[in-house]
Amino acid sequence: MKAFARLLERLAFTPGRNAKLTILAHYFQTTPDPDRGYAASVLTGELDLRQVSPSLLKRLAADRVDEQLFRLSYDFVGDLAETISLLWPGEASGPNAEVSVTEAVTLMNETGKLALPGVIADLLDRLTPPERLALLKLATGNLRVGVSARLARTALAMGTPRSVDEVEEIWHGLTPPYLPLFHWLEGGDPPAPAEAPFRPVMLSTPVTPGELAAFDPTDYLAEWKWDGIRVQAVAEGQNRRLYTRTGEEIGAAFPEIIAAMDFEGAVDGELLIRRGGEVAPFADLQRRLGRKAVSAKMRETHPAALRLYDILTWQGEDLRPLPLDQRRARLEAAVFNPHRIDLSPLLPFRTWDDLASLRAAPHEPVIEGVMIKRRDSAYIAGRPRGPWFKWKRDPMVVDAVLLYAQAGHGKRSGFYSDFTFGLWDGADLVPVGKAYFGFTDEELRELDRFVRKHTVQRFGPVRQLAPALVVEVAFEGLNASPRHKSGLAMRFPRISRIRWDKPAAEADRLETLRAML
Amino acid sequence: MTLRAEEIVCPTEAGLYCAPGDFHIDPLRPVARALVTHGHSDHARPGHGAVMATRQTLDIMAIRYGEEFTASRQIAEGPVRIGDVTVSFHPAGHVLGSAQILITPDSGPRILISGDYCRTPNPCCQAWEPVACDIFITEATFGLPVFRHPDPLAEAGRLIASMAEFPERPHLVGAYALGKAQRVIALARAAGHLAPIAIHGALKRLCDYHIEQGIDLGPLVPATDPGEAQLVLAPPSAFASPWVQRFRDPVLSYASGWMTVRARARQRGVELPLVISDHVDWPQLTQTIRDLGPEEVWITHGTEDGLLRWCEMNGIPARPLRLIGYEDEPE
Repeated sequence: MKAFARLLERLAFTPGRNAKLTILAHYFQTTPDPDRGYAASVLTGELDLRQVSPSLLKRLAADRVDEQLFRLSYDFVGDLAETISLLWPGEASGPNAEVSVTEAVTLMNETGKLALPGVIADLLDRLTPPERLALLKLATGNLRVGVSARLARTALAMGTPRSVDEVEEIWHGLTPPYLPLFHWLEGGDPPAPAEAPFRPVMLSTPVTPGELAAFDPTDYLAEWKWDGIRVQAVAEGQNRRLYTRTGEEIGAAFPEIIAAMDFEGAVDGELLIRRGGEVAPFADLQRRLGRKAVSAKMRETHPAALRLYDILTWQGEDLRPLPLDQRRARLEAAVFNPHRIDLSPLLPFRTWDDLASLRAAPHEPVIEGVMIKRRDSAYIAGRPRGPWFKWKRDPMVVDAVLLYAQAGHGKRSGFYSDFTFGLWDGADLVPVGKAYFGFTDEELRELDRFVRKHTVQRFGPVRQLAPALVVEVAFEGLNASPRHKSGLAMRFPRISRIRWDKPAAEADRLETLRAML
Repeated sequence: MTLRAEEIVCPTEAGLYCAPGDFHIDPLRPVARALVTHGHSDHARPGHGAVMATRQTLDIMAIRYGEEFTASRQIAEGPVRIGDVTVSFHPAGHVLGSAQILITPDSGPRILISGDYCRTPNPCCQAWEPVACDIFITEATFGLPVFRHPDPLAEAGRLIASMAEFPERPHLVGAYALGKAQRVIALARAAGHLAPIAIHGALKRLCDYHIEQGIDLGPLVPATDPGEAQLVLAPPSAFASPWVQRFRDPVLSYASGWMTVRARARQRGVELPLVISDHVDWPQLTQTIRDLGPEEVWITHGTEDGLLRWCEMNGIPARPLRLIGYEDEPE
């Protein structure tokens, strides 16, 4: 576990992608089987470990550490797993002190729910603080090391004769600890090909009107950019799989989609919640994400649907080399379950101005812009610059006054980084939302200083501020919300600018925000 | 006449004050007579009428502030009578020249002011010594049980391993100019890094002084002309200045006890946090109180709530002085 703990720590602090790859590849090259395979499965999110709740961890700590010292420590450190790993009493020692990743993973998987706390406590006794943290991150399923599954697979392929795309195409046929994969990467025979594999997706790049002006509109197709999640639905042979754009399989959370995939091929589209003809906001979809299983009630109240815009394979034929025009024709010719699957319509436009008007006034709030794709583009994995563009809707903005601040947890513990802001309603300021980001680290330090100097009252961890600082808040959408005092809820609000120059009295009024609804 | 502890030493806005001796300890503003535990700038300030400290602390103050940093100086050697008390200086193991100060009244409790101290062996300074006392006035920089500093040599080993993993990237370690910088250099040497180490200009005079005092730091070169040096030391404030732009794709590192807490390391944008501290960690802090067995513990500064709770659990009377002006762990 020592090497694995070191790996997680290095990854957590290393921002650069290339440096992360170096660290990962080095780990995979120097760690024996089966530990490296289990580590890879953890990093790619493939390993389904029995999860431990934060409250269980707190109870474990309470058995060993004074409650008040624990609370003081947790307040200071800001992360539960980290706090416990640091103050768990005793030093790892004795012949039992060495714990392999394989042993930890196996123990956690084979232990029943009731015995699990005892097993974790025993493991913590045998580990050093960095290893304890690694174990607790495993147990809570929350690594937070900034490594995507694709990055981990890229590192697996590094320094081997294989490419990451080759690894991804066979990945879903493999199970931890991937002994055949490592054998193949080191020059051995290939593993059996995956059934219904994931095909690395094609991504778009942002574009501005100025850049578009250089292109001929007749070379492009345009579609709405739906505010759902991008998925690849693959039905081949007996297998039906639903992948996210990073190749994570999420079919189990969307059984009605799997059931509707009565075709033979691989298609690309948007996963949405759709009630009748109407697409629900992203918040509704969010309630169904991140689940292992889904209740019948949830399927009824939040029915999922697919809206397709591309086709990768069909009845055994790989269509990816064809130009988009022809793929679109094949997609339109194909027959899909009409209840769950439809096509994303092409937008009629002659000039970029036509498209700009469509983008400015989409008929459904769940549209977040337009996609612009070259008619002659083959389906290429990755994010090539040029063939596909996304042209997102401009965010809405208001100038609001900072009202309350709270210190962040985790990365920002010790800094006032969570802000409540408000707008004028008559002579009062009414809170309209909260924002945690949008500012740079330097601005965070300035905001922190502002908070400390302008506190007028404290409510526990929350500081009420003198209404003196205006911030420009950008947000992606606005919903009526009876739960909020202002009656409005912003989507994805962030502080886009700090208006040190603007007097609080000149901040926007609540009516202004209501008018945006 | 027997004096009570509060009559011998009391907290004032200028810092701890000893009335029967009419002097301040580590005063925060200019005073007539100051006793200084060590040369860090929040403890050793210029402008006092008279300063008493170890020879090395006086030298360090002269290096930092110029020879005129005080009107008169006195080297602390052996027990010295000041007014109605006797004072003596004892090694604190924190940085070169650092001392604990014991105040012994003719009649009344002996009071030990720890200053900042550390019990982990450090080749750059004399080792901490236990000093018998009745009132122990301690710092509590790392006064929570989460602070258990790892073996500093193992931390240096992590630095060396990273340099091997990224041989093309310079490793910039942020370290305070007095003490931490020389300690990191000595640790890197002990971990087998014998190549020249580049140092920021702000570290030069204090590194030179350590070498004069017989501490082996190996070959040092200026960071402005680092040659092949892959390891570079600088005061952490240099990381925010254009100085850092001369290095291509550096690994930023920082050596501090705070690096135990990941959020602290992230706030600094550090890629390689090294937990190397000149302060006692929680086990050392609590062990010191056990070892000294004082009647009372007073806590000058730091995360005192944790230590107060520990004293309460262990039946040791303790109170916080909440002195304002000493940094957690200075840069």
